Amino acid sequence: MLGKLLIQDSTKASWNYLVGAFKPPCNIFISFADGRSRKQVPLKKENGKTVMVALFQSQENIVGEVVIEPIQGKKVEHNGVKIELLGQIELYFDRGNFYDFTSLVRELDVPGELYERKTYPFEFSTVEMPYESYNGVNVRLRYILKVTISRNYVSNIVEYQDFVVRNYTPPPSINNSIKMEVGIEDCLHIEFEYSKSKYHLKDVIIGKIYFLLVRIKLKNMELEIRRRESTGSGPNTYVETETLAKFELMDGAPVRGESIPIRLFLSPYELTPTYRNINNKFCVKYYLNLVLVDEEDRRYFKQQEITVYRLLET
Amino acid sequence: MMLNGAEDEEKWLAEGIAGIQHNAFYMHRALDSNNLREALKYSAQMLSELRTSKLSPHKYYDLYMRAFDELRKLEIFFKDEGKHGVSVVDLYELVQHAGNILPRLYLLCTVGSVYIKSKEAPAKEVLKDLVEMCRGVQHPLRGLFLRSYLAQVSRDKLPDIGSEYEGDADTVMDAVEFVLQNFTEMNKLWVRMQHQGPGRLREKREKERNELRDLVGKNLHVLSQIEGVDLEMYKETVLPRVLEQVVNCKDDLSQYYLMDCIIQVFPDEYHLQTLETLLGACPQLQPTVDIKTVLSRLMDRLSNYAASSADVLPEFLQVEAFAKLSNAIGKVIEAQVDMPAVGAITLYVSLLTFTLRVHPDRLDYVDLVLGACVKKLSSIPKLDDSRATKQVVALLSAPLEKYNDIVTALTLSNYPRVMDHLDNGTNKVMAMVIIQSIMKNNTCISTVDKVEVLFELIKGLIKDTDGADVDELDEEDFKDEQNAVARLIHMLYNNEPEEMLKIICTVRKHTMAGGPKRLPFTVPSLVFSALRLIRQLQGQEGDIVGEEVPATPKKIFQLLNQIIEDLSNVPSPELALRLSLQCAEAANDCDLEHVAYEFFTQAFVLYEEEIADSKAQVTAIHLIIGTLQRMNVFGVENRDTLTHKATGYSARLLKKPDQCRAVYACSHLFWVDDQDGIKDGERVLLCLKRALRIANAAQQMANVARGSSGPVTLFVEILNKYLYFFEKGNQQITGAAIQGLIELINTEKQNDSATPDSASDAFLASTMRYIQFQRQKGGIMGEKFESIKL
Repeated sequence: MLGKLLIQDSTKASWNYLVGAFKPPCNIFISFADGRSRKQVPLKKENGKTVMVALFQSQENIVGEVVIEPIQGKKVEHNGVKIELLGQIELYFDRGNFYDFTSLVRELDVPGELYERKTYPFEFSTVEMPYESYNGVNVRLRYILKVTISRNYVSNIVEYQDFVVRNYTPPPSINNSIKMEVGIEDCLHIEFEYSKSKYHLKDVIIGKIYFLLVRIKLKNMELEIRRRESTGSGPNTYVETETLAKFELMDGAPVRGESIPIRLFLSPYELTPTYRNINNKFCVKYYLNLVLVDEEDRRYFKQQEITVYRLLET
Repeated sequence: MMLNGAEDEEKWLAEGIAGIQHNAFYMHRALDSNNLREALKYSAQMLSELRTSKLSPHKYYDLYMRAFDELRKLEIFFKDEGKHGVSVVDLYELVQHAGNILPRLYLLCTVGSVYIKSKEAPAKEVLKDLVEMCRGVQHPLRGLFLRSYLAQVSRDKLPDIGSEYEGDADTVMDAVEFVLQNFTEMNKLWVRMQHQGPGRLREKREKERNELRDLVGKNLHVLSQIEGVDLEMYKETVLPRVLEQVVNCKDDLSQYYLMDCIIQVFPDEYHLQTLETLLGACPQLQPTVDIKTVLSRLMDRLSNYAASSADVLPEFLQVEAFAKLSNAIGKVIEAQVDMPAVGAITLYVSLLTFTLRVHPDRLDYVDLVLGACVKKLSSIPKLDDSRATKQVVALLSAPLEKYNDIVTALTLSNYPRVMDHLDNGTNKVMAMVIIQSIMKNNTCISTVDKVEVLFELIKGLIKDTDGADVDELDEEDFKDEQNAVARLIHMLYNNEPEEMLKIICTVRKHTMAGGPKRLPFTVPSLVFSALRLIRQLQGQEGDIVGEEVPATPKKIFQLLNQIIEDLSNVPSPELALRLSLQCAEAANDCDLEHVAYEFFTQAFVLYEEEIADSKAQVTAIHLIIGTLQRMNVFGVENRDTLTHKATGYSARLLKKPDQCRAVYACSHLFWVDDQDGIKDGERVLLCLKRALRIANAAQQMANVARGSSGPVTLFVEILNKYLYFFEKGNQQITGAAIQGLIELINTEKQNDSATPDSASDAFLASTMRYIQFQRQKGGIMGEKFESIKL
């Protein structure tokens, strides 16, 4: 079955396993029509495993088919079969509650009985998927296809298929450099410059640090990339900051007039675009943190926000 | 804690080496299995060992070399794309993902080297990027080694003319630019090292720093090896840029080393053509820089270059090398107010050496250098630094050695002025050097002007200098010095009598100021020098026609008279007496009776008034007798007066034997064995008889005083005189008289109180043998001797 992906939602599977000693009476397979040619990207699941899933972007048609295959010799009685496309935000401190910001439904079958394998094509046209899939510290945004076989008296049979959404941004028309003079009076004056304020994910940060005054004994200097994820709102705001990169820019103590180059490739780091406001639920921002360390291990730093965007790879 | 410093360092080094070996092992495994990711990981970890701050430069170098060897293997792996499957461009990015800067940059340089070799990007761009990125390492030691690594891997990949990496137009410029930048940055790091760590370890740190200097200097060497660096580019770009860094770094260690480096690595021809620029930097250096050594080396190189081929000499003239060097030295001395005298003088010595080698014909240059030195010396108090003094001696000796001729030095007006600045001791040493030079080269000083200058130069030897501590004089040295001066006087000679007389007058003027201790040494030379002139004039007497000839023997004798008088005033009567007699003899030969008489008078006066010591009197009287005997200029009257005086003094000597000997010697005054010599036999006999009487008296006195008579020596001596005059035909001396004397001697010998004396016995025996011999010889003389009955 080339091109088709068989993915079982492991949580559900174990749940099913716990509920009854008996297996569900049928297998459900969800596949995409262009599964062979569509790009696959890794997705980290809750159990820590990484699987490859199909990649979409907003406004795409999501077309495929669902195959229901009853177990040999069993019939499946149902109150109807449907497929849903869900965009969910899951906040970990509010576990179990999903906020569906997108929910589309297609009825696949009217109530009846299934005796043999049956294939249902489905199509969601020009789906609006404004947000990207995201797996953060306190929040997860995911897209799933959910097939439900409704039954009377017994629990519904449900199957999920994850997919990833990434949205591309054209290069910004305005991309100013970041340039600033900072310091501690009579101790340290530096001027730093990053050539741009907006970077795509495979970009390179080019810049330089110019030392105007150095009266403290510096040991080294590094550039950090920090991600600030803030979830919730009001008093229930949770902010989580991660340092994704620590990149040593300078070793030793410079003297006045010295200028130190910066060249930091972003590709080795797992960045996402900047998310300003995702459905009023969370936002993700990136910062460049310039840290100077002196011989007594005191740290002097200056943090600057940068915007990260996803440039369509050619 | 400090005690364990070295031990700890050994431990840290061992740990570092272990770290490198450990990671290198895994790196090799990765290389063998073509695993790029692992290779990068372990090589970065290996290179992290170089991040240590605990090692001294020496130990760090050890660590660096080990890492360096491993990086060579990595480079070979990088080159083979087939093994790792990543293009060199991607590789160039990939290594930049390393989080730590030092491993990152080592890897980047390594890949960069491969990148250039692949020619996928112009060499200049890769080089430019590398040298820029290396700015990230500001730690002096680590930065120096990193950049040193960069220099090492890029050396054979510079886009030089004729190199396979040569690109389009002007790429040599890129190569030069690259090396210059790396050089500049390395020097900055190197200079910065001195400010690190606590002040008390400064000395140690400077020593360690000095060990690293070749890492910096290597860049200059690379520059000099770049084919495309021609004179034009050297002049326009390389030198100004290097000098800019040298001057701006304001560090004495660095400035000294780099200046020296520039001089050593670039061709002489370049130096010659860029003298102005190079020298222009010198006054701008720190006052503590040993600029004199730097300039000395430069001048040495240039002099060698000049000596290498005559073809290059016009170049020196064209660029006015001397003027520029001279000017530069002046400026350096002016700029470095604190420079000790020795520094300044050393500079002048170097310049002088240069001048002597490059422009041996330009005495004016030599004089200029000396003049400049005088100017400098006048601005400081008297030299008391022995090293400085040594340098002045070197300065003054150089022209002497070069020209082998003091006459040349005498034309240098500043020469004596330099000497004025020496302390007394050194002044003398220098004067000796000059004299020795004259002696060695047998140089004749032939004009009065030169003599004047020469005496000005050696005046330290000629007279006491003010404030000189006489007590400290070493007798031995003093004698040597004065003997040297005495010898020197003989070298002052001109064949032309008039000039020679002037020379003599000059020498007299100077030597007479020498004081009582010097005159005894110098006057004899002067006197004999004058006597030589007299002999010369005497020889060419016929030629003297002019009426007012200044150089006549008479005049010279007058001069001599005064000289001797001065000497006798010293007082040095014995010497004066001897010289008077010499002069008298000369006057005799010149037929100047009055002059000769005058000198004799002087001699007698000296004898009477000044010579009191009896031994000295004996010697003196014999000298007088000997000289007088040979005089033939005197008329009877004068001669009588003088001989009378001589005999009179002889008889008045203190000891009887002395009296006796002097008296019998006087006998010769009356018998000159010449054709027309005086032959007064009677007075001869009188003298001898008188001598005999004195001898007798002496014997008696001895008997009375000591109970034994002395040896018969005196009698035998008188016998010999008898025999002499007998032989010469003095009629007054008869065989019988001789016979009587012999008998007297024999009687004396048999006398009980006679003291046996083998010497006198032998003397007598040989005298007797002589008589025997004459008798047997036959002929007239034989017959004559037959009359002596034995």
